[in-house]
Amino acid sequence: MDNRKKYQEVFQNVFGVDETDLNEDFTSDQVAGWDSVTQMTLITELEDAFGIMMDTDDIFEFRSYHNGMRILKKYQVEI
Amino acid sequence: MVRLLEKKVCLVTGASRGIGKGIAEHFAKEGAVVYANARKPGSIDEWCREVAFRYKTRAVPVYFDVTAQDLMKKAMAFICSEEGCLDVLVNNAGITKNELIGMIRQETLQELYETNVFAVIHALQYAARIMRRKRSGSIINLSSIIGVRGNRGETAYSGTKGAVISITKSAAKELAPYQIRVNAVAPGMTDTDMFMEAAKTKENVEQNLAQIGFGRLATPDDVAEACVFLASDRSSFITGQILGVDGGTIL
Repeated sequence: MDNRKKYQEVFQNVFGVDETDLNEDFTSDQVAGWDSVTQMTLITELEDAFGIMMDTDDIFEFRSYHNGMRILKKYQVEI
Repeated sequence: MVRLLEKKVCLVTGASRGIGKGIAEHFAKEGAVVYANARKPGSIDEWCREVAFRYKTRAVPVYFDVTAQDLMKKAMAFICSEEGCLDVLVNNAGITKNELIGMIRQETLQELYETNVFAVIHALQYAARIMRRKRSGSIINLSSIIGVRGNRGETAYSGTKGAVISITKSAAKELAPYQIRVNAVAPGMTDTDMFMEAAKTKENVEQNLAQIGFGRLATPDDVAEACVFLASDRSSFITGQILGVDGGTIL
């Protein structure tokens, strides 16, 4: 499975949304239910999927579907 | 005979001497896979080999200063990649400094809080992130009887150990839904190099002994046994507790 597919699947599983919902507007401000608990679940799932461990600052910054791709690049994960 | 920590993956910080060394050894004796942390590279290589051989388990040295967050993170990631999990974290590494009110320097506060408080929170965060995946785990923080009751000349130090108690209680509440337990052990005066350095004279030690109901200092083994219990499944419904190991000390 390619990285994009893996990345999307994590979001779909954590938020219970369709692939088509994942766009620029998919941010913690816009998505109901994206609270700090969901945030940690999302991070855990992403770390598992890509075999990485993120810095605390990056977890804090991980607030949107799009921004997440940029953050993962720091860990050599190209989406 | 069934060992209490058979195959549990455990990280013990500050394991090169004193209480931490005792905890790491007792964990190995109970069958745990022990990742023993020390600051100085190579300093506990041989000891780990001996312990692993003696107790027929694995004891792996991991070298980092607990105040270096990036190195701590790397060590946690290493354990996670090697073992796929972390079952137990013992936040043992700590320092003590005694200064009377009026003579407490900012530098002392900085050093005490970085090691005894900030590093505990960082380690707890990283460990909890790994433990959440398995929805189980035990985190044991080393507080002190001084953190519970306070003591003359230890305002700065007692603040850090009191903080460890509050951290333990809050983390226990937050991590309970993930079945991660967080407890603290609060040793009384313990026969370690660190205590002897702080006590300075034989007279001071004797004066301290008079305050201990059992009439002797705690040993690292006494403290380690409490940690074994809290690390094991024997304490599977215990969280947010502060377990005193002080032989009935009156301060």
